[in-house]
Amino acid sequence: MFDQADSFITADGRTIGAVMMEMKNITLRFGGVVAIKDISFDVREGEIRAIIGPNGAGKSSMLNVISGFYHPQEGEVWYKGARRPEMKPFEVARQGIARTFQNIALFEGMSVLDNVMTGRLNHMKSGILSQAIWYGKAEREETENRAVVERVIDFLEIQHIRKTPVSRLPYGLKKRVELARALAADPKLLLLDEPMAGMNVEEKEDMSRFILDVNDEFGTTIVLIEHDMGVVMDLSDRVVVMDYGKKIGDGPPDEVRNNQAVIDAYLGVAHD
Amino acid sequence: MFPDQFLFGVEVLLNGLMAGVLYALVALGFVLIFKASGIFNYAQGVMALFAALTLVGIMDGQVPFSHLINAIFGMDVHHFGWHVPAFAAILLAMMVMVGLAWIVQYFIFRHLVGQEPIILFMATIGLAYFMEGFGDMMWGSEIKKLDVGIPQGGSFWIEEATAFLGGSNFYGFFIDQLDIVAAVVAIILVVLLVAFAQYTKQGRAMRAVADDHQAALSVGISLSFIWVLVWSLAGFVALVAGIMWGAKSGVQFSLSLIALKALPVLMLGGFTSIPGAIVGGLIVGVGEKLFEFLIGAPFLGGATENWFAYMLALVFLVFRPQGLFGEKIIERV
Repeated sequence: MFDQADSFITADGRTIGAVMMEMKNITLRFGGVVAIKDISFDVREGEIRAIIGPNGAGKSSMLNVISGFYHPQEGEVWYKGARRPEMKPFEVARQGIARTFQNIALFEGMSVLDNVMTGRLNHMKSGILSQAIWYGKAEREETENRAVVERVIDFLEIQHIRKTPVSRLPYGLKKRVELARALAADPKLLLLDEPMAGMNVEEKEDMSRFILDVNDEFGTTIVLIEHDMGVVMDLSDRVVVMDYGKKIGDGPPDEVRNNQAVIDAYLGVAHD
Repeated sequence: MFPDQFLFGVEVLLNGLMAGVLYALVALGFVLIFKASGIFNYAQGVMALFAALTLVGIMDGQVPFSHLINAIFGMDVHHFGWHVPAFAAILLAMMVMVGLAWIVQYFIFRHLVGQEPIILFMATIGLAYFMEGFGDMMWGSEIKKLDVGIPQGGSFWIEEATAFLGGSNFYGFFIDQLDIVAAVVAIILVVLLVAFAQYTKQGRAMRAVADDHQAALSVGISLSFIWVLVWSLAGFVALVAGIMWGAKSGVQFSLSLIALKALPVLMLGGFTSIPGAIVGGLIVGVGEKLFEFLIGAPFLGGATENWFAYMLALVFLVFRPQGLFGEKIIERV
């Protein structure tokens, strides 16, 4: 069903584009522990791609490989049709890949506005001297980027906390601010590590809506990790299922849901 | 008319404030690096010495490593024979400090990312002694005079303007012009640093790195670049401190010991606060001068300035370990 065609239409009528990122035979070890074992999958433009699996399956490790925080011992990462050399996380970010973290990594001492502004750093080009002296170009750039940030803040409905220091915010709002910072970077690919972990039902619904809206309005490709099967089935176009570092399923939600290996992994069948 | 004793006390207070500004200048360099990278830079004092040596060397047209060159090639060169104007020499010295920042980052701290604070601290001790020796080798170890054109000696207009306050034995407040210049420069420096951190792209990135490394990486900030930037800024602050202290008491080894005076300032102000470094510096400066004047000299036989600052810091450590402006330390159990 999923060939290398440039685009196709999913079961619920959404158009998915060409392959944007491809993970080829990725293996990641920490000393003797194998976190990811020979996994391949692709991400297509405009889709919401979920990675699911039980605790310790290697989902976060996979996201860290994509964002350059971990470097796999074997395998290749292909991005936009070219093999990506080993990159530091900040270089990956500069290629248009933004991310959020499972345990929220915000700048606690800074205001919401400042946090979101850091997402624009790579779009600000003026050199260090003109920044220090602050003449025209730097000032214009600041204003332009500020406008983008305000749009993101409006979009995620966090206007009321713009000036609040992040450390004072409740958990659910912090998650939203982190998403705002990632969005401000205007990413081609957005990586979300358990965006709904620890949220109540209402917050989860809000977050789901935001993720769908982001994908819908900006056409942002999203890779997300999530525990909540219900949420994953509602949100995603295609799902990769991992268990013990291996890929045990890959396809549209309905197909994956009925996959025997997936059912076993989630219901906890004895491994022999 | 005020009694002479009171006026003398006020003069002590004013001079204490001026001395405090100079302490604050050194403490500022520590805060910059500690905030952004968690490194307590023991070498900050030596950096001030090295910066001052380099500045004098450039101004006098000294040949760097002349001893080495003469010994190896059997030559006898010491000076190029030119003199560089102060302003140009300061710019050149600043470029040397940026180069030093780059070397420190690429040859030392890049390899120590994620190490224990004590290891980083040890590395800065090694760096301090290396730079001390390297500075000697490069520019020679004799005491040098630094004259960048800052006026010295008592300020006559302050003396004249205040002479009326006391009786016939009072000639007005004696305040060294160098101290006034140092205070003005320090205030400008702090305003510039705060503005840079608050309102520029690099400043924002700097604050981001100080706050959370992982998050900073994820928004595309290069940690190495920011650390070179921070070490350059600390080098700049060291240069300014080196100029002020060097002009005051000559460029010599003891200049590097001002770092030790910055320690109590940091304990008072907190290791992570730029305003803290300033206020801490002022408290130490005023405190030690007033204590000597009011208690030390009349009752304790004098020379209390040597230990008063550390004593005060110790008291602070007991009651407020994070300093006046430091981030509160909360340990979750």
